[in-house]
Amino acid sequence: MSPNFLLLQAFTGFALGAIYVLLAVGLALVFGLLTVINFAHGAMFAVGAYIGIFVFGLTGNFWISLVIVPLAVGGIGLVVERVLVRPLYGRGIDYPLLLTFGLSYVLLDLIRILWGKQGLPFDAPDALSGAVDIGIGYFPLYRLFLIALTAALLVGLWLFIDKTSYGLVIRAGARDPEIVRVLGIDIARVWLMVFGIGTGLAGLAGMLAAPLQGVFPEMGTPALMVAFVITVIGGMGSLVGAVVAGLLVGLAESFTAIFAPQFSQLSMYVIMVLVLLLRPQGLFGRAGLLG
Amino acid sequence: MMLTVTGLNAWYGRSHVLQGVDLTVGRGEIVSLIGRNGAGKTTTLRAIMGLIARRSGRVEFEGVDILPLPVHRRHRLGIGFVPEDRRIVAGLSVRENLRLGMLAGVDRGAAAAFMASLSGMFPRLVERLDQPADTLSGGEQQMLAIARALASAPKLMMLDEPSEGIMPVLVDEMFQLFGRMRRDGTTILLIEQNVERALGISDRAYIIDQGRIVHQGDAPALLADTAIQERYCTV
Repeated sequence: MSPNFLLLQAFTGFALGAIYVLLAVGLALVFGLLTVINFAHGAMFAVGAYIGIFVFGLTGNFWISLVIVPLAVGGIGLVVERVLVRPLYGRGIDYPLLLTFGLSYVLLDLIRILWGKQGLPFDAPDALSGAVDIGIGYFPLYRLFLIALTAALLVGLWLFIDKTSYGLVIRAGARDPEIVRVLGIDIARVWLMVFGIGTGLAGLAGMLAAPLQGVFPEMGTPALMVAFVITVIGGMGSLVGAVVAGLLVGLAESFTAIFAPQFSQLSMYVIMVLVLLLRPQGLFGRAGLLG
Repeated sequence: MMLTVTGLNAWYGRSHVLQGVDLTVGRGEIVSLIGRNGAGKTTTLRAIMGLIARRSGRVEFEGVDILPLPVHRRHRLGIGFVPEDRRIVAGLSVRENLRLGMLAGVDRGAAAAFMASLSGMFPRLVERLDQPADTLSGGEQQMLAIARALASAPKLMMLDEPSEGIMPVLVDEMFQLFGRMRRDGTTILLIEQNVERALGISDRAYIIDQGRIVHQGDAPALLADTAIQERYCTV
């Protein structure tokens, strides 16, 4: 087994991890700030893929879909937070959890009604099909694009959180929402926006995953599992944790696939068990809240 | 009157913590609210700020009934609040904590002017602007909390036990600051354990006990009345 082959496999892991990172960052952001465990996060992933198909069907343009999907799913997130989740703040963590759990089934059935129970194909655009030589061998262009886009989005998110006034409020609000309100800031608006960003990221991840795995109504269920496992590994609510754990799980899955393909889905659970045994708060838990 | 509180009631769960509190604060005054631990001092300020969910009565600020308003709207009307325990946001720098106080209702010019005035009022903070705020000493953190609340130039500043757990030399500095704030036109409603100090700087004071105002008067008269102080203020 050549080093180049292993490196290529690492790139495959990063590409898979990129999708996981987008999913988990949205979940972690919402949990870190709103302490809402969003069980509809996986359903938003599926909704993103289907809206992607819909917009692509209308326009025939992958790039337009790529812009519209996060905005549309984020918009759905705004409505969900404002109408359904907001009345439950202050009542304990289980209320929004149960609500979003129910919502995930409503969304799943809506998808089945609108698009049918059968899976649908979703091809990467021509501009991103094929493979390129990245020095160590040929690597699928679409997966390279996934890695680059995720990296760019993470840099953008980091700049937003670290450098802007909104980001300052987000960081402060994750630690002490009360003092943020006392200082004259309408934190409800910030929570709304963060929920929208979180679901928008899930929707984007869904559309980006579509060319790799196809589109089917139940695609949100495994996605939700992965996102939760990553959040537990990284530490609940930690963005850095979500990024590191997402890549870790992607790599583990990719490498297990070479040596023991039948165990590749299992690898993330093994990591989770190890982390829970050795460091129950997760790799970046608590101390790194939104850090 | 700048602030008129009438028949203010508040509950934590089933316990009826404030039972019809009446108090007023006039423009430019320093008014102290004193009493034992658990008498209802903190709850009174928190209710005025809007941080108590179950409450009834009337709280008028410059003629507007603010009781139905959310917390951030009360801030925009000109009420500043420094809660107990300082509530400095760990993980943010001193500068970021100050910026947090300037996000609502402070334009760029006013923010720049405030930062420029900082060296005169809070010299210790200026030296430490880019330090993580939780590395400051307790007294410095308290100064930061006050500066952060002052950044939006509130008309009324409410302070909950600002001198608690702070070195005496910094307490002196802090009370000088309160005098200066008053000269600059800020009205102050103060909770203090250090009764003599508080009365020394106040115009008037209210004594609260078991959720009711039991005594009120001019600060110098209360300062002289050791019997009242002993009855309601000793632990």
